[in-house]
Order: sequence, then structure tokens, then C-alpha cells
Amino acid sequence: MTQHTPVLIVLLPVSAALLCMLFSRIQKNLGSWIVIASIFGAFLSAVNVLQQVLAQGGQAVHYWMGNWQPPLGIEFVIDPLSGMLAVLATFISLLVSIYSRPFIKDEDWLHIGGYYTLFGLMTVGMCGMIITGDVFNLYVFLEVMSLSGYGLIALGGKKSMLAAFRYLLIGTIGASLYLLGIGYMYSMTGTLNMADMAVRAAAHLHSPLFALAVGCFIIGFGIKMALFPLHGWQPDAYTYAHPGAAGFIAGIMSKVPAYAMIRFLFYMFGVDNPVVSSALDVLGVLGVAGILIGSIMALAQFDFRRMLAYSSVAQIGYIAIGLAMGNMYGFIGAVLHIVNHAFMKCALFLVIGGIQYRFGEVNLYRLGGMNKKMAISSITVTFAALSMIGIPPTAGFFSKWYLLLGAYTGAQYFYIAVLVISSLLNAIYFFRILEQMFIQREASLTEVHKHKGKLGLPVEMVIPILITGVGIVVLGFYSVDIVTGIIKLGLPEVFLR
Amino acid sequence: MEVLNEFLRTKGIYSLVMILFFLGVYGMVLSKNYMKKLMAMNVMQVAVIYFYLCFAQKEGGMVPILDGITNNPDAYINPLPHGLMLTAIVVSLGTTGVALALLMRIKEIYGSVEEVEVLRRASK
Repeated sequence: MTQHTPVLIVLLPVSAALLCMLFSRIQKNLGSWIVIASIFGAFLSAVNVLQQVLAQGGQAVHYWMGNWQPPLGIEFVIDPLSGMLAVLATFISLLVSIYSRPFIKDEDWLHIGGYYTLFGLMTVGMCGMIITGDVFNLYVFLEVMSLSGYGLIALGGKKSMLAAFRYLLIGTIGASLYLLGIGYMYSMTGTLNMADMAVRAAAHLHSPLFALAVGCFIIGFGIKMALFPLHGWQPDAYTYAHPGAAGFIAGIMSKVPAYAMIRFLFYMFGVDNPVVSSALDVLGVLGVAGILIGSIMALAQFDFRRMLAYSSVAQIGYIAIGLAMGNMYGFIGAVLHIVNHAFMKCALFLVIGGIQYRFGEVNLYRLGGMNKKMAISSITVTFAALSMIGIPPTAGFFSKWYLLLGAYTGAQYFYIAVLVISSLLNAIYFFRILEQMFIQREASLTEVHKHKGKLGLPVEMVIPILITGVGIVVLGFYSVDIVTGIIKLGLPEVFLR
Repeated sequence: MEVLNEFLRTKGIYSLVMILFFLGVYGMVLSKNYMKKLMAMNVMQVAVIYFYLCFAQKEGGMVPILDGITNNPDAYINPLPHGLMLTAIVVSLGTTGVALALLMRIKEIYGSVEEVEVLRRASK
């Protein structure tokens, strides 16, 4: 019975998303509920598959599409790492899909149906990228994710058109470079299956084509994950994205290409060959530059969303340097930071979306007295901010701890200095917000959507905010279990030798 | 002359494809009109498609259709890159469609697709 669950992670949302418009035509809310239900189904399937993987002691679950065997057919591979990320992506997607209902409740069927179609397809793209075992299939899912992402960003209003168009141009360069990289790998190895390619690429590790392919992958995924000099599209895109979907876009969309990069560099090619290790050095330099410049730019922003976007540039830098260390602790830190940062950034974007929904305000110097108006959201911001800075017992501390441990093991003390400096910069710009929310005099704000009652926001919005806020602390407490129970089971072979 | 011939025979077409690709990137970065940027993007995507078709090519290869003449795979050209590129063409069509829709909205909102003009009106 459970043998088909891997494919359901993708199949349920894709069918629901494609049928969404039809059902929305019949009854305007029906389509959205079907998409939410399908994402919930995908979440349950992802949990089920992860359980199967863990029950087998970390052995990957393979699913052959149409029962065609791997080198010829397309397979889905779920190992502990991809299973964990599939659970994460579907969970955040579920929260945000429920959260965004109030934003579009008053629109007509076309808007509701269109929004949820795009949302479902974006979930499909992300889950597909995470669980696929075929490099070209990954490209298709990457484009599904990106195209629906452009749509969701463009839904955000007048200014978002320009942001979405620029992201489209830059993102297409990234996708084309990735396609070019696959072309090189395919012409060398003659296969598209990841496991098969990993075996056959071993004979070509010193050819210049291989170096070219790795360069294409780094730049291609670097554009998609907003690695420092390639992050030009990201601040505008996150700032003007549809406020309902911004949490999902900012939380997961840049992490999935990072995961794909991990899959290529660590699982397929292995970090112990000269080309990949010099690529990792480049990644480290870019990561350090991203951390410093992203944090400093975040300090200079007035718009809460734009500040978070620049902070994302810095946090992607953490993931990049974690990978660049090329040892086990750095790798664990990077993977753990993908999970933690998804929760933190999602929580912060959900809160600012809520404030924008109720007051139409995004300037962070006009959030005075928010602790009285929206208590739960303020507490969530506190947790998320402490986690961003890296104060125990919140989740952010543990990923930074592993990164520090990795830098120490690899004797790369420069990274330790960068991590400490960036934590201080994080503290400056997040305490500024906490000061505004808890200490400053109440700002005079006009309510766009009037709301009475203690929660401060509609229930559909408060519950996801609360779950992400609590989730940050829970992830912190369980981070040891996540590391030993999941990540360590699925470490790349390079670290096990 | 010998060297040039050798280069053209082995790497000539790939160099042309690379020039086409970076011509596309160049156009996307430097042209001042959003429509032209979009066209440059298409040029870039076409360059990638050419790249795949070039390395799938084989001298004296037949169309890969099972017709009972021979079952020897060496007699056929590799159909897989062509199949992949059909998908890539569809993706590129989708991207162009979304981009055109966005451009229409940009034209409606700002009244122009010239970068300088749009940025001037957007910053107001």
C-alpha cells in the first residue's frame, strides 16, 4: 500500500493545482480548499516516506516512474536528507496556504483559483526538485517552481511586475546555465540518472569539461539561491511578492536550489576531487562576502521586508560557507541551517504579512506598540529574531554551533570571525525591531482590515504564525535528534570514509 | 591552415554556439529596452538548444525509427537530446509567455517598456 507514497508527494498537488480553476469556477472557495487538502496529503506522504527511510536505517527509497528501471526511466529517490526537506517544504507550504486565505478571500473566483493554482504548482516544483533522481527531471521541476514563483511575485501589486520581470530574466540565465551543465555531463557520461552519472563521472573528473560543468552548476544554482554577487533580483522580488505567499517564497524557494547544489557537489561528484574543492573555495569566498554585505545592507533598510530580504542574502552565505568547509560538521551545519532558516524567515515574513494585512504598514520604524495590538505575532518575532542572532535554546544557535565546529575542525578560523561579526550585525538590526515593537510609544496606524478581539488577526493567520514561532524553539530542542537521527544517516559517502 | 581546419572540424560549431549564448547574455545585460532583453533571452535559450542538437549529431546517422533495416544503434543518431530539447522548447515557450504577460502589465502601468523611463516612473 505504501509503495506508491513517494509519487503522491508530487502527484497530489499537481492534479489539484490543475483542477483548481475548474472547481473555483463552480464555487469560488472550493478550488482553494482542494489545493490545501492536496498539500496536506503531500505532507502526510512525505512524512510516511521519511518514516520508511528511517525504519530502514537510512536506506534510500526508490520509486520508478511507470516501473521503468533507473538508467532508462525516471526515478524518485528519497534518502534521509531529501525526505527531511520534502517534509519541511510541504509543511511550510501547508502553513502558508492556510495563512494566505484571508488575503484573497474577497477577490473573485479567477483570482482565488489563479493564486492557488500557482501556489500548488510551486509546491510541486519544490518537492519534485527535492525528491527526483534524474538531472533533467530536476531542470523541469526547477522551471515549474520558477514559473509559478514569477506568477506569485507578480500578484503582489503594481511594483511587483517589474520585480517579477527582472527575476524572470535573471532566473532564466540560471536555468539555461544549469541546462548547459547537464549537457556537458550528459555528453561525457551518456546518462541522466544521478546515481548512474555519479558512477560514470568518476572516469572524467580531470577533464576540462567537468570543470566547466561544475562552474555552470555553481553559477546556475547560485543565481537561483541568491548567492551574493548573483542576488540582484532577490530584494525586489521578496519585497514586492504577494504578502500571502512571501513567507513560502522567502522560506523555501532559495533553499531548494541550495539543496540541489548539495546533491551535485557532495553526493554525485564528492568533495575530494580538485575541481569540486576549488569550486567550494569560490563558494566560501562568495559566502563570506554575502554574509558581510547582506548584513550591512540589512542595517540600512527601513522597509521590514527589504531588510529581511538582505538578511536572507546573509543567511544563504551561512549555508555557502558551511558547504565550503567541506567537512562533516560544516555540512551538518549547512543542512541544519536550511531547515532552521526556512522556519525563521517564514515566521518573520508571515508576521510582516499580517501587519501589512491589518495596518498596511511595512516601515519598521512605525511598529511601535505592536506587542499590545498583536501579541502572538510579537512573540513570534522575538523567537525568530533570537534565533537569527543565534541565542540558545532557539534553533539558530545550533546551526551556527555546527558551523563554528566545522570551521574549527577544518582550521578555517577566518570563518569563525565572520560568523561572530555577522551575529553581532544580526543582533543590531533585530534588536532595533524588538525595541520598536515592545518599548517605543504606540504608533498611530490606521486599520485597513478592522479586527477586534485578542488575537489581532484572523484565526487562519494566527495559527500558522504561532506554529512557526513555536517551531523555532521546538527545532532548537530537537536539533540533536534531527542531526543524529536524520542528517547523520544520510551523510555523503565522502565523509564516511 | 591545418590547425584552423582541425579546430573548425572539431570545435567550430561549439564555438559558434558559445558565441550565440553569450551574445544573448550580453543583450540581456546591456540593451535598454525590456522587449529587446526578452528577445536576447530567447536567443540564449536557442543557443542551449543548438548545443544539445550539435552533440547529438553523428556523421552518416539515420533517423532513429525502428524500420527493420538494422537494429545496430551505431547506425542511428541519439534521439534522447532531441527529446530533451522538445521539453526545453516548451519550457522556453512558457517562460516567454509569462514574460510577455508581465511586459504587457508593465506597459499598462508605466506606459513604456524603455528601462530608463520605467525606472524613472517607478521611483516616483
